[in-house]
Amino acid sequence: MKETVTDIKDLDKELLGKLDEHIATLDLTRKEESLIPTLYKAQELFGYLPHNLQWHIARQLDLPSAHVNGVVTFYSFFSEEPMGKYTISVCMGTACFVKGADKVLDKILKLTGTQPNEMSEDGLFTVKDVRCIGACGLAPVLTINEKVYGNVTPDDMDEIIESYRKGAADDKDS
Amino acid sequence: MIKTAEALNKWKQTLINERAYRLELKICAGTSCISSDADLIVEMFEKKVAEHGLNCEIEVVKTGCFGFCGQGPILKIEPDNVTYVRVKLADVETIFNEHLLNGRKVYDLMYKNRDDEDPAESEAGMAFYQKQLRIALRNCGEINPEKIEDYVRNDGYKALADVLEQNDPEALIKTMRDSGLRGRGGGGFPTGLKWQFTRASKSDEKYVICNADEGDPGAFMDRSILEGDPHSVIEAMIINGFAIGASNGLIYIRAEYGLATRRLFTALQQARDKGLLGENILGSGFDFDIEVKLGAGAFVCGEETALIHSMEGHRGEPTTKPPFPSEVGFRGKPSNVNNVETYANIPEILNKGAEWFKSIGTRHSNGTKVFALAGNIRNIGLVEVPMGTTFEEIIYDIGGGIPGGKDIKAVQIGGPSGGVITKDKLDTPIDYDSLQEVGAMMGSGGMIIMDEDTDMVEISKFYLDFTQDESCGKCTPCRIGTKRMFEILERLTDMEGTPYDLELLETLSKNVQSASLCGLGQSAPNPVLSTMKFYRNEYEDYAHRRKKTAYSIDPEKCIGCTKCKRVCPVDCIDGKVREVHVITESKCIACGACYDACPVDAIVRP
Repeated sequence: MKETVTDIKDLDKELLGKLDEHIATLDLTRKEESLIPTLYKAQELFGYLPHNLQWHIARQLDLPSAHVNGVVTFYSFFSEEPMGKYTISVCMGTACFVKGADKVLDKILKLTGTQPNEMSEDGLFTVKDVRCIGACGLAPVLTINEKVYGNVTPDDMDEIIESYRKGAADDKDS
Repeated sequence: MIKTAEALNKWKQTLINERAYRLELKICAGTSCISSDADLIVEMFEKKVAEHGLNCEIEVVKTGCFGFCGQGPILKIEPDNVTYVRVKLADVETIFNEHLLNGRKVYDLMYKNRDDEDPAESEAGMAFYQKQLRIALRNCGEINPEKIEDYVRNDGYKALADVLEQNDPEALIKTMRDSGLRGRGGGGFPTGLKWQFTRASKSDEKYVICNADEGDPGAFMDRSILEGDPHSVIEAMIINGFAIGASNGLIYIRAEYGLATRRLFTALQQARDKGLLGENILGSGFDFDIEVKLGAGAFVCGEETALIHSMEGHRGEPTTKPPFPSEVGFRGKPSNVNNVETYANIPEILNKGAEWFKSIGTRHSNGTKVFALAGNIRNIGLVEVPMGTTFEEIIYDIGGGIPGGKDIKAVQIGGPSGGVITKDKLDTPIDYDSLQEVGAMMGSGGMIIMDEDTDMVEISKFYLDFTQDESCGKCTPCRIGTKRMFEILERLTDMEGTPYDLELLETLSKNVQSASLCGLGQSAPNPVLSTMKFYRNEYEDYAHRRKKTAYSIDPEKCIGCTKCKRVCPVDCIDGKVREVHVITESKCIACGACYDACPVDAIVRP
């Protein structure tokens, strides 16, 4: 852990306030059972769970921060790293894999210039290889934020990624 | 509020009588169809119906999954009993004008079993449905999962009312035992027996837990049930609670299943509003309520002890059994854990009787099993078949065979814990014991069909990559063993292995199998051992580094048409028009694009 782990002054005060409001509504007689729902809320608010935020949650719930960190690192849903504006989740379930999902993933990584689970330099994309998302009828399938793309090929990706780059640039201009 | 069994029955009769629509339009709104714009199609139909002032005549119903995901979005019109497939936004206008307004069927949008056959009007004519028997999926595609009224009209909560009226938990457990229902999550433990054990545990508080942490890659039946018929799971959990003497239920569901979770919350609230969940259910004095716990993405949490730890707010690591959850479970209290598909069967068993259920299937495996059919198969989707159905029947009759004129190589069943069924064993009947005999297991129901091009070493590497990543790290054999196994497989496929690696892989597999703490580790080597047993030659080819990974061109056959050259994604084919083409083997990525493009079969596969 970093040295500044206990320092929460970099965190957004307003979001922190919302998180504390949420914690106040919880029944803390079973504080451990409240941890995962709190982490959900925190990640929803902040986008990821940096160490100082984990420490803050530990103090609020009166749990050892090692326990909080243990839970955060165990579950793939929680992220300690910042995420790009668009999360591209490529399904690596068996059905998608046998239909060439690995080649689609390679192409996306090449296009975004990242490694899995790392944010791209422009802050736009985080590419993840995920477990079966249960849309095997559309294999190979990927999602970008909430939108599902089915029956994709590596060649389709140029256009799809470009459309998001363009969309982001337009957002900035307007 | 429904306060008595009689009131429930009366409500059901009213619901049946009130139904006066001329036509019902059922549109699949499962995850797969929604990603093909099914929700927009629903909206457009609703708008059209309103525009024409037909709200009292035509009802647009958003249903759960029909199962035939590869043909989605699917639309069914009743009572005309017509099914349309692959409906696009542009087709809405046609269907509305032709069928709904003028009663003319749109044959172009119907499914064809074969391209040269006449279209099949309804499910009865579709080969995909003919050998299926839907018990767990009985309401999926039939009712609107977001309306409790639809469920009640189809005998919903009747089993619960009967159970509470009889007020005899022992007799209820006996019925469950007599039915022969076994756990559908993979293990196949008799459900009635599990209930009996949990009932026998003495405690002031007990819990009913529904395992909806479906994590097998390629399996999505639990999600479909929760999306299509959430009330059946809720009803069964209340019954379970009554049988074992518990007043609290918990559903542990994957966070990735957003739609299923939302529908579950809707259904729980409706049941509470109607007095079917909560205090004094149907005036019986029995209290029961259900809470939903979200998982956070860990495959091992499908293991029941790990699941319980996760619900308690810990890392989802398993602990040794015994003690079983039926003695020491959630919050240290006796808990009964069953999976979604198991629960979905229960109301129907109680409505139709144990004898009826026992008459379906084979001697020691009763009832049906839902499989998620995927991979290299024509009809991808969710199928429910009686136990004892053979692989052949599923693949060729229901699945429509292998696409692209290719031959089948094997079937993978049981996901990362299972094994392969070879081509010559496809006549094996699917039940718990027959599968065990051929070295596979039922698992939770993923069934992946692999064609002749599939590389079995790559497949087992794929599964090992999954398990070594999902290993929770608590016990050494699984944490380190699966990682080393994966490394050996990587070495082999990178052409850096030796024959000694095969020996090492086998020994290590057996050690991991026998020394791991929980089911994840114990079954992790299964895909490796099973493929090594039946496709040893493929492993040997890698071990002796004689595996060919590049395609080549037969100079005798090549006519120099340049088709292969044009489709090659890595530009590794050279040649001029009307001259023999050549593949640079070092550059070839073995994608097979040239093989499919060649008009004269001149490409030779590795």
